[in-house]
Amino acid sequence: MNWSEHLPIVPVVLPLAAGALMLVLDERRSTLKAAISIATLLLLLVAALALLRLADSPTAPVYALGDWPAPFGIVLVADRLAAAMVLLAAVLGLAAMVFSLARWHRAGPRFHSLLQFLLMGLNGAFLTGDLFNLFVFFELLLAASYGLALHGSGTARVRSSLHYIVINLGASLLFLIGVSLIYGVAGTLNLAHLAQRIPQTAAVDRALVEAGAAVLFIAFLVKAGMWPLGFWLPSTYAAASAPAAALFAILSKVGFYAVLRIWLLLFGGGVGSELLFYGGVATLAFGIIGMLASQELGRLAGYSLLVSSGTLLAAISRSDGAVTAAALFYLVASTLGIAALFLLIELVQRSREPGADVLAVTAEAFGLADKDEEEPEEQSGTEIPAVMALLGLSFVCCALLVAGLPPLPGFVAKFGLLAAVLAPEPISARAWALLALLTLAGLAAVIAMGRAGVRIFWAAEERSVPRVRLIEITPIAGLLALCFALTLAPGPAMRYLQDAALALHAPQGYIESVLGRP
Amino acid sequence: MELIVALLIGTLAGSGVWLLLRPRTFQVIVGLSLLSYAVNLFIFVMGWVRGGRPPFVEPGAVVDFARFADPLPQALVLTAIVISFATTALLLVVLVVARGLTGTDHVDGQEPDA
Repeated sequence: MNWSEHLPIVPVVLPLAAGALMLVLDERRSTLKAAISIATLLLLLVAALALLRLADSPTAPVYALGDWPAPFGIVLVADRLAAAMVLLAAVLGLAAMVFSLARWHRAGPRFHSLLQFLLMGLNGAFLTGDLFNLFVFFELLLAASYGLALHGSGTARVRSSLHYIVINLGASLLFLIGVSLIYGVAGTLNLAHLAQRIPQTAAVDRALVEAGAAVLFIAFLVKAGMWPLGFWLPSTYAAASAPAAALFAILSKVGFYAVLRIWLLLFGGGVGSELLFYGGVATLAFGIIGMLASQELGRLAGYSLLVSSGTLLAAISRSDGAVTAAALFYLVASTLGIAALFLLIELVQRSREPGADVLAVTAEAFGLADKDEEEPEEQSGTEIPAVMALLGLSFVCCALLVAGLPPLPGFVAKFGLLAAVLAPEPISARAWALLALLTLAGLAAVIAMGRAGVRIFWAAEERSVPRVRLIEITPIAGLLALCFALTLAPGPAMRYLQDAALALHAPQGYIESVLGRP
Repeated sequence: MELIVALLIGTLAGSGVWLLLRPRTFQVIVGLSLLSYAVNLFIFVMGWVRGGRPPFVEPGAVVDFARFADPLPQALVLTAIVISFATTALLLVVLVVARGLTGTDHVDGQEPDA
């Protein structure tokens, strides 16, 4: 038996085992739990790197659970895109965990287990090759994310979590309707098998399949935060605790990932591309307006997440390999940047009065009177000097990333995206619209982040220097260092994501690796 | 038979959607429960409504698949029931906590005129 054959199941089983183990440990043994969490996440990172290498081949590694053959049993498919997403999730998980060690992991019960279960759900959703299994992993990651959104308690968190849970339960029901409609017509739930069967369905049934897929995609787009399905996103993410919000940066990318994979596999990127494009553009516009209008940093970061979702949706709607490759690079860069921003916001705001960055007139309208949040006070770790300089530098880096300015990979990604969109010769009106909106989004990000930065770092009158521990700044520095590495040597990552995008646009390879050659 | 089942699912789903859009948290959770009943029935019906057909095949016998029900929707509906049960229980806890923290059962945590 070959060890590497079992690699695709490791990112699912490892967090499950660690999370279950930590459930039976007493809440007071937080040091032991922290050690287990960090060890698991490091192992997960190694496994994700190994999977990344393993997936870099013409035929994707397929893991048949229980060794049942593909259309009957459930399979995990670790192709390049899935492996890259698993690695991204592991990196974010590690950063959030290290950050939370300073104080957040003791702010509420079962934080460690919830984080591991969230990672398990994420990895499973990325790797699965079966529509119903995708539903199960979605529910797993959502259930864990409900717990993490509530972590730390407080009125604001409970109120926004209530909306978050109800909306996602509704979306899950739509997911089920879509799945059962597709099953009723095609008679299978294996993605590769569906890709073979759907082109063969009769014209009468095809409308039913497409209706089912449309209902299914609404469920995904709720997670991706597409306008008008994403109004819950900024307030939930702004209310969540910093490590949870950093992890949620990849949660909205799961919806995008599912759309990308299933749309290209089952429908070859044909049907519904206008809807994706206009939805993406509307999300982009909504995100830009929201960024300019938001007065709190947390909401600003939430809207910048919407901007990145909109960009990605509008980009993939062209269903062109080169554009998709650039979009995937943008996905990696923007996820890392926004996660770093969510972590940073908490540190920056520590020195300030609650609501200090909201104009006095609007403070009441935003309902900022709540002060009953359980902010954990005790801290551990070494304090570092020149805190403000370091925080300011990190803030500038995050702003550059979100706005897509050089020298950070946000710029490389946006440039690649625009170059690919404008490449085909008669440049379409849609390409111009995307170009205009992407440029505007960059401008809006510069204005909004610049305004916030000036108010925090230069114009603050009565400000105490925040007490920041080394262990809190390290994950932010790590995420930003990864971004710098992506700028300095974008070659390997670009090559990998290009291959991933080409494989997505030629689904025959995926189908053959799952079902075998006909 | 198909008509009765379709009407039943439609009634459940319609009531569920109406309750889901109401402003009180208790109405929302009852609406979600009704909707999940409708969806579970819908999944089940995707294996077609026919009586007297077992989902199991006897080993050794010559099998005519037209005489058997499709077992997969039944397995799917079982999973869906378990998951929606668990998440509804979780939502119930959040509702109670929200009621305790905000002092109102409005979904926005405050009365509209307040």
